[in-house]
Amino acid sequence: MFEHQLSRRRFIVETARAASGVALLGVGLGLYTKESKSLPVYALRPPGVKNEDDFLAACIRCGLCVRDCPYDILKLSKLAEPVALGTPYFEARKIPCEMCEDIPCVKACPTGALNKDLTNIDDARMGLAVIVDQETCLNYQGLRCDVCHRVCPLLNEAITLEPRHNQRSGKHTLFIPVVHSDKCTGCGKCERACVLEEAAIKILPLDLAKGELGRHYRLGWEEKEKAGKSLVTPDTEHKYNLPEGLKYEHEGKGLLKDSR
Amino acid sequence: MAANLPEQVGKEAILVKGWWRANKWLLLRRFSQLSILLLFLSGPLLGEGYWIAKGNLTSSLTFEILPLTDPYILLQSFFAGHEIISQAFIGAVIVTVFYFLVGGRVFCSWVCPVNIVTDTADGLRRKFKIKGGARFSSDLRYWILVMTLVLAVVTGSIAWEFINPVSILHRSIIFGFGYAGFVILAIFIFDLLLSRQGWCGHLCPVGAFYSLLGRYSFIRVSAKERDNCDDCMDCFMVCPEKQVIKPALKGADKGIGPVIMDKNCTNCGRCIDVCAKDVFKFSNRFNNDTLLNVSKKKEVAP
Repeated sequence: MFEHQLSRRRFIVETARAASGVALLGVGLGLYTKESKSLPVYALRPPGVKNEDDFLAACIRCGLCVRDCPYDILKLSKLAEPVALGTPYFEARKIPCEMCEDIPCVKACPTGALNKDLTNIDDARMGLAVIVDQETCLNYQGLRCDVCHRVCPLLNEAITLEPRHNQRSGKHTLFIPVVHSDKCTGCGKCERACVLEEAAIKILPLDLAKGELGRHYRLGWEEKEKAGKSLVTPDTEHKYNLPEGLKYEHEGKGLLKDSR
Repeated sequence: MAANLPEQVGKEAILVKGWWRANKWLLLRRFSQLSILLLFLSGPLLGEGYWIAKGNLTSSLTFEILPLTDPYILLQSFFAGHEIISQAFIGAVIVTVFYFLVGGRVFCSWVCPVNIVTDTADGLRRKFKIKGGARFSSDLRYWILVMTLVLAVVTGSIAWEFINPVSILHRSIIFGFGYAGFVILAIFIFDLLLSRQGWCGHLCPVGAFYSLLGRYSFIRVSAKERDNCDDCMDCFMVCPEKQVIKPALKGADKGIGPVIMDKNCTNCGRCIDVCAKDVFKFSNRFNNDTLLNVSKKKEVAP
């Protein structure tokens, strides 16, 4: 009887010991995993990654995308690098994505972590180019650098040059590079090519680079176009209560004597 | 005959069988482990873009046609909420069927590169007579296995891969080392000084998963000539999973067959190597007839 109790006691203690030890390890690893989910801004994922959370559930860190990248752009994160261990990434400033038409990295991925639905590389959204510094960008100074615009694989679509008056000289035009998020794939060619010591145009993660309107927000002119007419009742014309012999001219002349 | 000293393990076998035969399975295993690594390095070794095997142990493509995927990591990915697609699934099925036949933990002793590290630590323990250290249940690995799957659900990512030494070592050799050496050094020191076969034999959830995969595997080591055993203890001394030998080797009286049926036998064959009496040999699970041995014993006994 006593021995039976002893062995049962031992069993419970041993089980509790194993469970608590492993639970402790689990808590530590879980917290570490949560922490490692944040991707540093300079690290870009290959094409076909929608968001980092889903990617870390799907990527098994096999490196097949790395092997099939014809330009050796992708690398797997090593220990002590701030990117989730063993996962593929690239740095635009070092070597940008060449946007292969057949997207071999996506084809190579066995798990679909790089989503197979991506069949046109122009639909890739690896990030979004943003002019992060207008104070150093040469085009903002009135010079015709234009390099980011010219290297863009979607020339005149993802980055356009918008003319603006040069107030400094008073007689020239600034050609302001403007990135269009509906076209930019985040390949990083512009960031790579920026002639400055530190690039003035950088690829940022989409959620960092984009603002978002409140969901209730409507732009009047868009709604008007959609509906084909104004959605608000037109203002009634203002009526002035003027002394006799005076009238108000709306075209700019203002108060006038009635010439009657 | 009394048990041999730990540092003398295998010496007798070398005297009786010669060095090559006394190290046959060990050499074959090292050859297998190293050549698998070389296959994954064939690109740079063979020059311009010719890869025999691409990827690494978590998923690979051999000769551009044969997909192989680690079913354990795919299971974690599934638990983390990712939908499994056919490309990975086919690879995992092939791997599962293979290890189901040859023995799940064949992965550990014939493929996994960490095994070379822990075997070395174990060998040095014997050589320098390092004894004792931390002792914990060899079932702990199954707790850890469950923990990794729970963590996948809770964190929504393949959490174990953030620290898994097995994939860290293999990936590091193939894709570049970084600081991976420290993890491997930690495992080595842990096994050398803190606990005998502490990693592979007690903690590793990858091995735990594969042991379950090979629970009913076909190929098994058999203590076929167990009547010849002279209790030298060499096999116990070298076995990475000591507990698996005894039922088969010493179970004749209890009616237990000579085949090692434990799911944690890694089919490493080291017991076959070090036995000077040639007690062990590779066999299969259906060759486990106790009656044969009993009748044989009867003939000898009177």
